[in-house]
Amino acid sequence: MRRLLAALAIVFAMGSAAMALNPSEILSDPVLEARARDISAGLRCLVCQNQSIEDSDADLAHDLRVIVRERLVAGDTDEQVRDYVVARYGEFVLLQPVLGLHTLVLWIAAPLLLIAGIIAVVVGIRRRRAPMPAALTAEEQAALDRLEERQEH
Amino acid sequence: MSIELGHFAQILAFAIACVSTVMGYAYWRNEGRVTTFLRQAAILQFLLIAASFAALIQAFVTSDFSLLLAYNNSHSLQPLLYKVTSVWGNHEGSIVLWILILVAFGAAVAMFGRKLPKDLLNLVLATQSLLVAAFTGFALFTSNAFARLDPAPFEGKDLNPILQDFGLAVHPPLLYTGYVGFSICFSFAIAALISGRIDAAWARWVRPWTMLSWTFLTLGIAMGSYWAYYELGWGGWWFWDPVENASFMPWLAGTALLHSALVMEKRNALKVWTIFLSIITFSFSLLGTFLVRSGVLTSVHSFASDPTRGLVILAILAAFIGGAFTLFAMRASSLRQGGLFAPISKEGALVLNNLFLATGLGAVLVGTLYPLVLDALTGRTISVGAPFFDLTFGTLMVPLLILVPFGPFLAWKRGDLVAVTQRLAGAAVLALVAAIALFTATGAHVSLAPLGLLLGFWVMFGAIAELVDRSKLGRIPLGESWRRLKGLPRTAFSTALGHFGLGVTVIGIVVTTAWQSELITTVGTGETVTLNGYQVQLVKLDEDVPGPNYTADHGEFVITAPNGGKRDAVAERRTYIASGQPTTEASIQTYGFSQLYLQLGEDEAAGRHVLRVWFKPYVTLIWLGALLMSGAGFLSLSDRRLRVGAPKPRRTPALEAAQ
Repeated sequence: MRRLLAALAIVFAMGSAAMALNPSEILSDPVLEARARDISAGLRCLVCQNQSIEDSDADLAHDLRVIVRERLVAGDTDEQVRDYVVARYGEFVLLQPVLGLHTLVLWIAAPLLLIAGIIAVVVGIRRRRAPMPAALTAEEQAALDRLEERQEH
Repeated sequence: MSIELGHFAQILAFAIACVSTVMGYAYWRNEGRVTTFLRQAAILQFLLIAASFAALIQAFVTSDFSLLLAYNNSHSLQPLLYKVTSVWGNHEGSIVLWILILVAFGAAVAMFGRKLPKDLLNLVLATQSLLVAAFTGFALFTSNAFARLDPAPFEGKDLNPILQDFGLAVHPPLLYTGYVGFSICFSFAIAALISGRIDAAWARWVRPWTMLSWTFLTLGIAMGSYWAYYELGWGGWWFWDPVENASFMPWLAGTALLHSALVMEKRNALKVWTIFLSIITFSFSLLGTFLVRSGVLTSVHSFASDPTRGLVILAILAAFIGGAFTLFAMRASSLRQGGLFAPISKEGALVLNNLFLATGLGAVLVGTLYPLVLDALTGRTISVGAPFFDLTFGTLMVPLLILVPFGPFLAWKRGDLVAVTQRLAGAAVLALVAAIALFTATGAHVSLAPLGLLLGFWVMFGAIAELVDRSKLGRIPLGESWRRLKGLPRTAFSTALGHFGLGVTVIGIVVTTAWQSELITTVGTGETVTLNGYQVQLVKLDEDVPGPNYTADHGEFVITAPNGGKRDAVAERRTYIASGQPTTEASIQTYGFSQLYLQLGEDEAAGRHVLRVWFKPYVTLIWLGALLMSGAGFLSLSDRRLRVGAPKPRRTPALEAAQ
């Protein structure tokens, strides 16, 4: 949908759609391949609009997929592979931003909002709770008695 | 000639909208001629914009490339449907469509709002006219759809191939109907704030419009998601892209509004919050329009290099949202809160619903805008993608889904949580059994899938449990239950159906995400590959087959299902002549609720093509659930008590006295 809507917005990034993982890129070791997919899904294709390299058929995405797999075959951990790519392409490449000073607001916004909302709801309900009705005055009691009396007759 | 007439019609609509705005705001207390004028002006605006839109359609259909817009976005070889849809497959045309729907809603209020108090109607129509004036002004001065070319080119540049699809015929109109429909809620909120008329009756008038817009927005988003699913060629259906989020945020706000307006209508409580949500919901529609139309999403810098359009929309956005909230701040404190309720009550449940929806909305908003703001402020570029949203938004939805079945069961004012839990115990047990059954049947995996299944089934069975409970099924004779069930108001069925649909969508998302399988390989003619027991044989492959405005690699397949049933399937890879852009036409075969998804890829060697096959279990449930939800919306709209323009219920003296 991103591409469709992007096209609607006349803000195309790349030429064509379609998942682009090629048969030749797939590793024979299924465990390594699964790890490669996992890493790829979190890496952004830099020349596309908000697409992971998994989903893009841009040349750069192809190169990145190959790099990821080469590093994995060379024995890197997932973390090392990510660091390797970030060192070359910057943190822009990560689809899930790291937690840092510059992303602090991003990460704590939702929890803060939830806490603020809960406080607002609690305060609101407390304030709204019906006050205990005051005891009847002698006058009111007398009026009530008169009414009850009338009903009995 | 007709193009100029269309242009003049748009200018005239702009002028009428300006006059209506001034008249409406200046004399909103006048119940006679001003109301008549405003109503006629609203209908006139609609007729004029409809005429200008028709002029554009005519130019596109007749391939009149002297119209710059048609030259840029159309081609004489396009099929008729795509010639029509090309009108809104671009910036200028889509703005005209946006305005067309805006004036259609204005005219609808003018026609069906006869029963409204006249001062409220005046203010609503004045606010609608102000919106029309702002957006026709924007169209006329920065996004002219009627510019001409001289000499007229012989052939057009064609529409973006990805957009040459049936999806473009339905997705933008549905989505815009939802988006723009919320303008009515916005106008009602403004009218309420100015006139001070904020009561249960106000909520009763607003709710049908909210329901209508929400229903269309639901359909629009679901349709867009399915379009992406079959068009992109690899079966993704949601990407947390800013453009998607732009349509999802009004949906979240609108969902919250539907529920809070219910509290306001029935209990006269949550008034300030409901007014606030009415403003917020349309503000998100405007924000979405700004995000999509200004180009700010591609890059903050490209926005800065050609800022006219973006800045004008930003100014409109700031003026409407800023103005509305200033008015809100001035008047909200004067609203009296009515309707006391205990924390454990239907009101309380709906407040929690709003809390989680609003927080989820906040998470999506921050995630969408943060990279833009950070880039503009510090120049640092980061990406906020699917993993972030799955984590934050997904987590927030878990407690909401747990809560959903409780809401309809709890009584107004003061509910009994223990009793409700007892009545829901059956649904909980059934959900547990169903989740375990499905989990074991599909083959155990780790991950959070079982929890997701449990949540989905819980919401589904919880929705049915309410109907079962209210009809006293099993506790009284069957015939009696049936009579009770028939006697329930349509809104009860609507609630149950809507919540059931939500559960269905959750199940679809969980199952297809957790248990999808794929096969990526190369095939030559005659070869067979197997995935999940489905045998896919390529029987015929033709290269460079000519289509109307493209050439295609055309693969014919025979698919043998595990039960032995055979099907023919066709998948293509097209290259469009005018742009040279390739697209994939995947073959999607539906088996039950699941789908087999075939994509013919690029040619690898002589006669051999890449073939990608996915098995997507229960994937159709995602959209079926959304269809059920919008069905629930229509069902609720058909309820006499909610119907647009339904006469006010006669108030009995007893009711009067009680209030």
